[in-house]
Amino acid sequence: MTYDVTEAAPAVSGHATSDARRTGAVRRAPGGSGPRGDAWRKRLEILVFVTPALALIALFVAWPIVTAVRFSVYDWKGFGDLTDFVGLENYAEVLGDEVFRSAVGHNMVIVVGSILLQLPLGVAIALLLNRKMRGQGLLRTIIFVPYVLAEVIAAVIWLQLLQPQYGFIDALTARVGLTPPEQGWLGTPEYALWIVLLVLTWKYLGLAVLLFLAGMQGISEELYEAAQLDGASWWQTQRRITIPLLGPTMRTWAFLSMIGSIQCFDMIWVLTQGGPADATATMSTYLIDEGTKRHNYGIAGAASVILFVVAFAMALAYQVLILRRDVTDDAPAKQHRTKRKAA
Amino acid sequence: MTRAIRGNLWVYLLALVVVAITIGPVLYGAMGGFRTNAQLADKPAGLPDPWVWTNYAGVLSNPSFWQYALNSTMIAIITTVVTVVFGLMAAYPLARYQFRGREALFMVFVLGLLFPAAVAIIPLFIIITRNLQMANTWWGVALPQAAFALPMTVVILRPFLMALPKELEEAALMDGASRIGIFWRVLMPLSVPGMITVGVLAFVTSWNAYLLPLLLLQDKMRTLPLGVADFSTEHSADTAGVLAFTTLAMIPALVLFLAFQRRLVSGLQGAVKG
Repeated sequence: MTYDVTEAAPAVSGHATSDARRTGAVRRAPGGSGPRGDAWRKRLEILVFVTPALALIALFVAWPIVTAVRFSVYDWKGFGDLTDFVGLENYAEVLGDEVFRSAVGHNMVIVVGSILLQLPLGVAIALLLNRKMRGQGLLRTIIFVPYVLAEVIAAVIWLQLLQPQYGFIDALTARVGLTPPEQGWLGTPEYALWIVLLVLTWKYLGLAVLLFLAGMQGISEELYEAAQLDGASWWQTQRRITIPLLGPTMRTWAFLSMIGSIQCFDMIWVLTQGGPADATATMSTYLIDEGTKRHNYGIAGAASVILFVVAFAMALAYQVLILRRDVTDDAPAKQHRTKRKAA
Repeated sequence: MTRAIRGNLWVYLLALVVVAITIGPVLYGAMGGFRTNAQLADKPAGLPDPWVWTNYAGVLSNPSFWQYALNSTMIAIITTVVTVVFGLMAAYPLARYQFRGREALFMVFVLGLLFPAAVAIIPLFIIITRNLQMANTWWGVALPQAAFALPMTVVILRPFLMALPKELEEAALMDGASRIGIFWRVLMPLSVPGMITVGVLAFVTSWNAYLLPLLLLQDKMRTLPLGVADFSTEHSADTAGVLAFTTLAMIPALVLFLAFQRRLVSGLQGAVKG
């Protein structure tokens, strides 16, 4: 599909064309000053087009990441030069810190909990919305609204709903005859993380539903027609056709969800600041806390590197163990998809 | 026949429950802004009775709100323009040129997707404040945001550019156009739908951003999410005021989403499929 300019030169024989393509340099364009000058010009053009994006990424992504690694081996409080080299001491301190270890645990609870809650709920709602019904478009719009809101906005609204005693949720709890916890749901260490998980589910369920719906629309009508001819019920059709064929979509969605859960910050910072008693601290809140409030840049750097290693290891493991199946299993399906995309 | 109707009834009922849970908290916020704090404390689940406009009027006549809105808008616009222009430029040779190392160059952008922003955030804060002296400015927030949005933009735009028919370029080339001319006059106009998709994504992401602005912006330079979070802690006793402030702050993102719903949705789906 890629446009090779050699194809536009009609005078070149077939042999020469393949040769030119192999070297990837020779071509003749209007205004060009011979093959060599032309190759240089092409290189210059590529450079001009790609440099701004690469420069921005180098400056604001690569440099900070390299700096994080450098910070992680120094004891640095934010003033003077980096002179106090401490080797891996910061890493030992972070990994030995009870708060950080529990933060990793909380991240895992959010990773696993998000998938366990959103996968069945998302599939169920997507199946529901995939039926022909009145107001379908409106329903699909509404289900996606929480995803579009800023995490901060969602968090502030839920903070009001969850206010101890005067809030909507506590009133509701009292109405059904239960006693809400005295410190509020978010103020009680045993409940706080689970409440955060529920609010995150509310916020991100719409994305799962949307992606699953898109996956369902990619399933061939013929399969459904065949099932109908065989006299399959709606439920049988969903269980035997829709859900199995949704596999690749579910696996990709779970990957995205996992990467998001590992970084989880905004929602928690507004709802609980990682409290009460570090009950909702995550790796991100830990390193922001160390970096901005205590100015322990070495510790924050080490925590950043560990966060990256954990995220990278999980992404790699997921690719190798789970997503690899899609490359082999669903090769025909994928081909079909690309064809459609190109059309 | 009756069975079918009853079955449908269940479907609608279920849909109603889903809708109520999804949109309920948002409506609660909007409605709460029309109530007084006394009403809210008295009946947390009630409707406005009577409707009061003072909360919304208070926010709208608050100069800080408009200052935050201006900051949010300017930062989002700069982020969007830089992301779309640089992203399209980078995607162009990656999609339409043949050269050695093309896939390797593309991998640089794919790798960029792998780095969570949180990993770089503390050094980013130090670099922007000390080395670049850009703390508390629009550009200081917008440029890093664009940098983090670029990998996804290139990954979405490249297949889009690849799918455009090559005959267009050939015809333009025959007419004596240069490749840069082709980029400007042929490919740019045809890429508008793709640019809208990545543009809306970049805008909404910037509009909703919290962590980077939290570290870099103070006082008059704060954006709406920071304003909302700070307002809710400073006026924690004024629930109705907080709800009014929050509701007004969410409107632009919602409007933008409704206006470009199809583009945004297809962009997200494309990113997952790609």
